[in-house]
Amino acid sequence: MSAVASYFSSLSLLGLLGRLPAGVAQGLIWGIMALGVYVTFRLLDVADLSVDGTFSTGGAVTVMLIISGVNPWLAILVAMLAGLIAGAITGLLHTKLGIPAILAGILTQYALYSINLAIMGFKANQAVSVDKYALVISGRNVPLAIVVGLIFVAVIIGIMYWFFGTEMGSALRATGCNPQMSKAQGININSMKVMGLALSNGLVALAGGLAAQYSGFADVNSGRGAIVIGLAAVIIGEVIGEALLGKRLNFAGKLAFVVVGGILYYLVYTLVLWLKLDSNLMKLFTAVIVAIFLAVPYLKGQAKTSFKKAAKNGNGKEAK
Amino acid sequence: MLTITDVSKTFNPGTVNEKRALNKVNLTLNEGDFVTVIGGNGAGKSTMLNAIAGVWPVDEGSIVIDGEDVTGLPDYKRAALIGRVFQDPMTGTAATMEIEENLALAARRGKIRGLKWGVTKAEKAVFREKLQILNLGLEDRMTAKVGLLSGGQRQALTLLMATFQKPKLLLLDEHTAALDPKTAEKVLEATERVVQRDNLTTLMVTHNMKDAIAHGNRLIMMNEGKVILDIRGEEKSKLTVEDLLHQFSKVAGEEFVSDKAILG
Repeated sequence: MSAVASYFSSLSLLGLLGRLPAGVAQGLIWGIMALGVYVTFRLLDVADLSVDGTFSTGGAVTVMLIISGVNPWLAILVAMLAGLIAGAITGLLHTKLGIPAILAGILTQYALYSINLAIMGFKANQAVSVDKYALVISGRNVPLAIVVGLIFVAVIIGIMYWFFGTEMGSALRATGCNPQMSKAQGININSMKVMGLALSNGLVALAGGLAAQYSGFADVNSGRGAIVIGLAAVIIGEVIGEALLGKRLNFAGKLAFVVVGGILYYLVYTLVLWLKLDSNLMKLFTAVIVAIFLAVPYLKGQAKTSFKKAAKNGNGKEAK
Repeated sequence: MLTITDVSKTFNPGTVNEKRALNKVNLTLNEGDFVTVIGGNGAGKSTMLNAIAGVWPVDEGSIVIDGEDVTGLPDYKRAALIGRVFQDPMTGTAATMEIEENLALAARRGKIRGLKWGVTKAEKAVFREKLQILNLGLEDRMTAKVGLLSGGQRQALTLLMATFQKPKLLLLDEHTAALDPKTAEKVLEATERVVQRDNLTTLMVTHNMKDAIAHGNRLIMMNEGKVILDIRGEEKSKLTVEDLLHQFSKVAGEEFVSDKAILG
């Protein structure tokens, strides 16, 4: 009993409250990454696994450019460009070479591991200190990081809202919804897929660049599992958005809730750390959460109509 | 308006599933021709429409639409010239997008899609007007998701989308086959109206002989990847289902017996 008591007495509520803002800041950054995942997963209807690689690429490019004297703002812009190119490569592997999208993403991600290492001079991580460089965002000043994160999120959601409302953006959405109809309406669906994958990975690399500046280093493994965290954010955001606003939720609102999903994910992560649970268990925890949320729509349908239910209903009359 | 010359297509060549779906098909449509296409299962009706639409490249022969040789163009490039309505009502529209968004996509068929806003105010007024013609009340639900519509409504919307910009050629691939008889009748009426109004050059595949006779100025029958009968004008207007069955048995011979049920 004394072990349990000492465990609880070692937890300080103030300590948790103190850590929450950092969770919010990180959640905002990963929310941007989740917006990228949203583009492929929800709009293009493709599960793109390149993001695990491009998130690290974003960090690697940003940090290496900054320590070689490039302006941090310019650095994340270049990082975004690198992500765009990597995403386009996944798209080309898929559309030009006929490789299934999920495999194309895995191949890109796998190749990027080597490329990311090469970018970082074959070191697994590279530090960038906020004391030496004027970083865009840093974990050293959490309130400011939250403000910067919010500005990034607002601008990105604004641009996405605009773009997906344009002729080109509509064509991209149509491609994800109904490829056959899109072709009949004269849309080049292969171009749209490449573009969607590029845009998605551009956003992911941008988030990777921000995350590296926030934490003060780039790590070749920083993107590991990014797709699952992104999916978690998208799904948590959708469920909460639906519950709070339902049908009134417009496209910009949906995007905002994806970011909210990212923040919630990081708040839970903070809580897990505070409870002194092993953070290595977080991956298991995340996978379970994502599996549950992905299963909910299916199980809901099953609850309404299923063979089991049909058998039960039928038995009531005839089998007696 | 459409000239198909010696077009052939074989599926799964060199395998046990090899199927010569089109066998040197020749067909010429004049401007304003409304041609109904009949034939048994596997006769090549849908394959011919897909060949014209450019779903896949043909093995040999050429396809010319309105003077332009489209043989080497993929479907999305031919879309500038062609309006299509499919058998499955789910195929022709984007379910998760709004009615007006779907129409806006159709309004840009064959045009470059840039960074201008996807649906403009001026367009919405035009959409409303065009939807009113369908007489389904869709004009009051323009921001509703298409997935909420019934099969008949979706098919009517697809027809409107296919003809929104006057196509050089309208391809209807059994577009009423998946609908209940009453709805099918309505969609067919709407088709007739649009084709007449815009004097559209049309190919309509159907399994219903009565429909094939009642609509259009020309009727072709296909068998084993070939056009085996081409009836037009006066002759067609006098046509009866019995005539057609008789004609078919004469040309197609024995095989017809097994197809009778399907065609009737």
